Amino acid sequence: MNFKRWLKSVPYSQRIAPYVFISPFIIIFLLFFVYPAISTVIMSFQEVVPGHVTFVGLENFRNLFNADFYKAVSNSLIYTVITIAVLIPLPLVLSVLLDSKKMVGKNFFRAVLFLPALVSVVVGGFTFRLIFGEMPTALLNSILALFGVQPVKWLGGPAQWTTFFALLTLCTWRWLGVNILYYLSGLQSIPTELYESAYIDGAGAWQKFKYITIPLLRPVTVYILTISIYGGLAMFLESFMLFNGNRSPGGAGLTIIGYLYRLGWEQANIGYGSAIGLILLVITLSINFIMLKYAGLFKRGE
Amino acid sequence: MIARKKSVFSGQSAIMLLLFIVMSIITLTPFASIFLASLRPGKEIMRQGLGLNLDTSVMTFNNYIYLFSGESDYFIWYKNSLLITAVQTVLTLFVSSFVGYGFAMYDFKFKNFFFMCVLIIMMVPMEIIMLPLFQLIIKLRLIDSIWGVVLPFIAGPMPIFFFRQYLSGLPKDYIDAGRVDGCTEYGIFFRIILPLMKPAFAAMGIFIGMNSWNNFLWPMIVLNSKEKLTLPIGLNALITPYGNNYDLLIVGSVFSVIPVIILFMLFQRYFIAGMTAGGIKG
Repeated sequence: MNFKRWLKSVPYSQRIAPYVFISPFIIIFLLFFVYPAISTVIMSFQEVVPGHVTFVGLENFRNLFNADFYKAVSNSLIYTVITIAVLIPLPLVLSVLLDSKKMVGKNFFRAVLFLPALVSVVVGGFTFRLIFGEMPTALLNSILALFGVQPVKWLGGPAQWTTFFALLTLCTWRWLGVNILYYLSGLQSIPTELYESAYIDGAGAWQKFKYITIPLLRPVTVYILTISIYGGLAMFLESFMLFNGNRSPGGAGLTIIGYLYRLGWEQANIGYGSAIGLILLVITLSINFIMLKYAGLFKRGE
Repeated sequence: MIARKKSVFSGQSAIMLLLFIVMSIITLTPFASIFLASLRPGKEIMRQGLGLNLDTSVMTFNNYIYLFSGESDYFIWYKNSLLITAVQTVLTLFVSSFVGYGFAMYDFKFKNFFFMCVLIIMMVPMEIIMLPLFQLIIKLRLIDSIWGVVLPFIAGPMPIFFFRQYLSGLPKDYIDAGRVDGCTEYGIFFRIILPLMKPAFAAMGIFIGMNSWNNFLWPMIVLNSKEKLTLPIGLNALITPYGNNYDLLIVGSVFSVIPVIILFMLFQRYFIAGMTAGGIKG
């Protein structure tokens, strides 16, 4: 009897309650994250065909040394680097301009530049596919024609850079406004006294930007850098939509996840797909831990 | 002297204004082109791509008429998307705030370890574990069901992180007061804390809802029967090389974006709070 009452009171004790509160997370984490993650590791050493599983050792990883995989990795890396090169400096400068006292219509422009973030990758992707169409009447080519430029085959054309340009444009269109929001919210936390005393010391606009704004926005920059690395390495749907599927001429739009999707889903080669997933997992986790260690990403919140 | 200085300043303002007007025009161009395209015959779009031209002699409202004629599955997708978005948003808000409260208000053994787990999910692209997750969903008989789409993500790392941050800012006196009044630990959460969290719910709700409304890859993998598809999946299925569905595709896209834009205009403050929630405030 007493024991029963005690048992009933256990979940109400202050010592047990926190575990009850976080228990939904623990269950979801174990079931829908840890278990699939372990499966990925196991299956990457197996050949999995429906109803039949064989251990093949490092075979799947050995198969990865092929031109398609290199192409996928290099595309993903280049995409990550160029998006970071654009989507950190550009929103940084734009948000500082928006935040300045000389600017009018700050809220209006902030809202307009944010609008693309509301659009799904499906709608945004096929819109850009048709804007970057190879026909002379498609928007970009028709604008270039005004300057006497011949129509360009942007997507999967003979030069790889045109594909990257289309991907970069789509990415910038969708995320510029979001990153501006991040920087604007970071700018609110810089005390104005800093700028005032810098002004008294005779600092110009550029010096204030360089010695106050940039260093104090560092946490925001690190955060954007982290999500950009994540987004860049995991990029797949943008390319999938621009090329109307996972097949692009000469693998122009092939990414790591795209390659995983091709092998794992389209060719039902689950073991091979898992090996790719595992490699990407190792890449992302190591980059993140390096960031964590040297940039102190999560220290701010503590 | 002062007058001259002033004119230099307004000159700077004018240049900045011009810069942002140009940026805004570029940003809005895809919206304009897709809207104009909704007034053109779909075959023409297929042949010519998107542009800013509108030939008034072939301008037509047929696309809109077709959309509302109910001949397509469009409004079935719409209804499914609304349902999934609603279920996902409500469940995720509830579960994540519950968990976030545990992390924010208590000190317990392995707290840092468990919180590290939250951060790890945030760092790992979901696509990596997509294959085994899909197999698991089959085993759990959640395939082709809304629960298969929603359940794996109801303890979202971003919302948990956000609620933890938000609740850490609340004074702990509330809890002590609740305990003195004889509330149980859960009573404190449900009766005292939940009502205080309305702004946080609004911000995160919009963030989760928007992601859910636009979610594409995972729903496409889980859902496969025709009457269960969501808007992004249905629209994507219309993109065929033959282009015979571009009428519906374009006008359907316009109609999938409009409600989100209206919501954004009405609740801009919460959108921004939700987007900048990722621990920026520190």
